Amino acid sequence: MTALPAVAPVGRAAEFEAVIGLEVHVQLLTRTKMFCGCAATYLGLPPNSNTCPVCLGLPGTLPVINQEAVALTLRTALALQCEIPKFSKFDRKNYFYPDLPKGYQISQYDLPLSQRGWLEFEVAGVERAAGITRVHLEEDAGKLLHEGELGSADHSLVDLNRAGVPLMEVVGEPDLRSPAEARAYVTALRQLLMYIGVTDGNMEEGSLRCDANISLRPAGSQALGVKVEVKNMNSFRSVQRALEFEIERQAGLLRAGEPVEQATRGWSEPEGRTVPQRSKEEAEDYRYFPEPDLPPLVIAREQVEAIRSALPELPRARRLRLQQDHGVSAAEAHLLTARAPEADYFEAVVAAGAPPKLAATWQLNELAGLCQRHHRPLEASGLAPERLAALLSLVEAGTINGGTAKELLAEGIETGADPARLAGERQLSQVSDAAALTAIVEEVLQAQPRAGRDFQAGNDRALGALVGAVMARTRGRANARLVDRLLRERLPRDPGP
Amino acid sequence: MSAAEPTAAELGRRLRAGEVSARQLTEAALARISARDGRLRAFLRTSPERALVAADAADRRLREDPGAAPPLCGVPMAVKDVLCTEGVETTAGSRILEGFVPPYTATAVARLEAAGAICLGKLNCDEFAMGSSTENSAYQTTANPWDLQRVPGGSSGGSAAAVAGGLVPITLGTDTGGSIRQPAALCGTVGFKPTYGRVSRYGLIAFASSLDQVGPLARSVEDAAMAYAAVAGHDPLDATSLPEPVPDPMGTLRGPVRGLRLGVPHEYLAQDLEPGVRAAFDAACVVLTDLGAELVEVHLPHTDLALAAYYVLAPAEASSNLARMDGLRFGPGAPGSRTLREAYQRTRHDGFGPEVRRRVMLGTYALSSGYYDAYYRRAQQVRTLVARDFTQAFATVDAIVSPTSPTVAFPLGARTRDPLAMYACDILTLPCNLAGIPGISVPAGFSEGLPVGLQVLAPAGEDARCLRVAASYEAATSWAATGPPLEEAAV
Ligand SMILES: [Zn+2]
Repeated sequence: MTALPAVAPVGRAAEFEAVIGLEVHVQLLTRTKMFCGCAATYLGLPPNSNTCPVCLGLPGTLPVINQEAVALTLRTALALQCEIPKFSKFDRKNYFYPDLPKGYQISQYDLPLSQRGWLEFEVAGVERAAGITRVHLEEDAGKLLHEGELGSADHSLVDLNRAGVPLMEVVGEPDLRSPAEARAYVTALRQLLMYIGVTDGNMEEGSLRCDANISLRPAGSQALGVKVEVKNMNSFRSVQRALEFEIERQAGLLRAGEPVEQATRGWSEPEGRTVPQRSKEEAEDYRYFPEPDLPPLVIAREQVEAIRSALPELPRARRLRLQQDHGVSAAEAHLLTARAPEADYFEAVVAAGAPPKLAATWQLNELAGLCQRHHRPLEASGLAPERLAALLSLVEAGTINGGTAKELLAEGIETGADPARLAGERQLSQVSDAAALTAIVEEVLQAQPRAGRDFQAGNDRALGALVGAVMARTRGRANARLVDRLLRERLPRDPGP
Repeated sequence: MSAAEPTAAELGRRLRAGEVSARQLTEAALARISARDGRLRAFLRTSPERALVAADAADRRLREDPGAAPPLCGVPMAVKDVLCTEGVETTAGSRILEGFVPPYTATAVARLEAAGAICLGKLNCDEFAMGSSTENSAYQTTANPWDLQRVPGGSSGGSAAAVAGGLVPITLGTDTGGSIRQPAALCGTVGFKPTYGRVSRYGLIAFASSLDQVGPLARSVEDAAMAYAAVAGHDPLDATSLPEPVPDPMGTLRGPVRGLRLGVPHEYLAQDLEPGVRAAFDAACVVLTDLGAELVEVHLPHTDLALAAYYVLAPAEASSNLARMDGLRFGPGAPGSRTLREAYQRTRHDGFGPEVRRRVMLGTYALSSGYYDAYYRRAQQVRTLVARDFTQAFATVDAIVSPTSPTVAFPLGARTRDPLAMYACDILTLPCNLAGIPGISVPAGFSEGLPVGLQVLAPAGEDARCLRVAASYEAATSWAATGPPLEEAAV
């Protein structure tokens, strides 16, 4: 693993160094749940309709491992450079809660599907890497719906549609030193996971959930402080805000000479603070033991290699390649590789013959703006990459001018029409025919003889008025540079003494 | 003593010959249950409508093509109440599951039914199969057909009593530490625990998942083998079920035991065996020697540790398996509870009997942080050593023979106040579960008028050999053909 660069001071708590490790839970894009045949997608379904005897935990039912979930976890592990053991197993994590139908969660304890990898990310232009402790597989719990506030609710309702959905946990090493780093880490992890197609990455819907372990120590110290676990951070922004709050809170305690209590705290987005959830004394004993209903997993090396060779190009490699192969700037490469569909689109436009620099500029400015206005992702813009390429080659060849191209692009996104074809149909190509333009120049000079004389007398602005008159008569299609040249030829000035 | 009722094999012959219909057999069996089960109390409930529908379907199969009908087509049977039956209440002998009607049928039951057997109802057992006398049932005490004042053994006591009492020729039981073989021995029937993984556990309400195995109880080894053949085999719904095809046990059932080396475990005979049990076993050894088998002493040195390891591992798994009994989705629950904690406490305190609560506490303790290494991990290590004992013994012998139970059936109530005495019932049977190997109990005479069982153990996967040794012994003796005094058992 790459060595970590020196740590930037953190706000007012600069006398302390933060030590942060993140645990990210990821719902996997499998067809079915982790241990039964129910669908893994449940959004919008009536409560408890996406269930079966197995995920309801009815007596006598047994789990069967979803091999697709295992494959997606191995895919993630390989993308994070993890080691894959030959044997893995599932364990039971025992606790009582109404959203946990069996009274235990099937998870992985001491033989996870992978261990010891790393994730590369960038903070403020600096390349960083953080260790990955392990990537393992477990099952999601159901959801509780409380009538009013939890404390005063008369009753709660249980919805088990989500119970048993495959959940992958990516446990990071405590290698992060600031909330900004934590945010950059989660951003990079989500980007990677979406690149390799293991999750939809929807944080608001809970497809990606983040917990943090954070402790402070005096700057320069190597000892670890008392660890607090922060839960319930549902966006990149809340990861950063929650950790910033927690650093200030702990720093305040330490400055006042008070101890930090080892505990679990929850981030309250509306209140903008972390609130106590469970103290160390209340911590549950999960009584992990090997899941006797599932035989150990034997992971064949051939399977690992097959998954490895099917991995797509990862974001960082792709970013560097776009810079190298297509000469786009680092900033452009970043934006173009933010999501795999963006990069795919760009490469398709270039492959269809568009000049890379032009393609990057148009995709990142015009097209991105239009997509945003229509609330559509690029891949749903309705504009095939080939069509953008065709439009850009008209611009490149000088057949149409930039203003026309922008208008056509907007119309293409609006109506689904092919912009290059519209250009042809509406005869919007630039008028570059010297004979035709000469005739119009004569008309204009006859209509405005004084402007011609003024120019010849040395008034440059008079020429602009004449060019504008020609553009007006051609409804903006005249090749402006050619008109300029024709006027100057027709209105020679005295070479002067 | 009266002659036993016909075997399932004999009933199958009569059915295929058209001498009797499945409906007639079913109605007769339901009538026998009405007449005799008032005192045996083997059945928790019968499902006559479901049985008669199945009987009529079996009759159609038998009429259409009697030659193609499976051997058990039309034969009545019943199953232990830990096996789920779609549409029929399934309680595992516990109050906590009162009113639970599963929406699915256990694979083993479904396979017997697919083979045409007619399921008449659900049989009593110790609550969640935890016990050795069936006295831990929350609903009723089952009597031993040989002496109504004595226990039938357990936990599959209802399954053994129903066969021995002549109610049905075949039942399904489950065996976690001897729960098929011990009641079979105490009731004078055949009881077979297959290799772990041979029979699907799907739909079996789990006691200890790594030890539980479904198997048949029957009047003859042949009947047990037929039922085993019908239920064994891979099930995609049970990840621990063995993927390999099951060798047909019927073809080798009548094979000779001449030349087989049979081990007699020194440590088993060193247990506190009742003299009558020991005498019956010694006589069985003579029979086997006369059949041409060679009996040799073997050592299973970790036998004494096996009991302790079992009573750590089985409760540990049970404490987790029973966590789903929270009263929220099934069972009576605890209506009116004011908090979640109160709902859990009332559901589980009122719903579980004392032995189940004891084992849940034992298991929870054994898995707790700080005790895991001393209990659960040590017990797993012992389990490995017990399995190795068998592997080493089977390197020199083809099968192992021993008494099934150290005692004959004991009086009702004799051991209910002494859990350790009750646990000792399993000393000769539970090492087999720890090792995952097949074991069978076959009737081997009497001690003081009560049945004694001969246990045959074989290497994992050698279920057919286990059945073959038992069948040879059975054929050379007349114990299995001897039934209890039915007049006494009748109401
Ligand atoms: Zn399900």
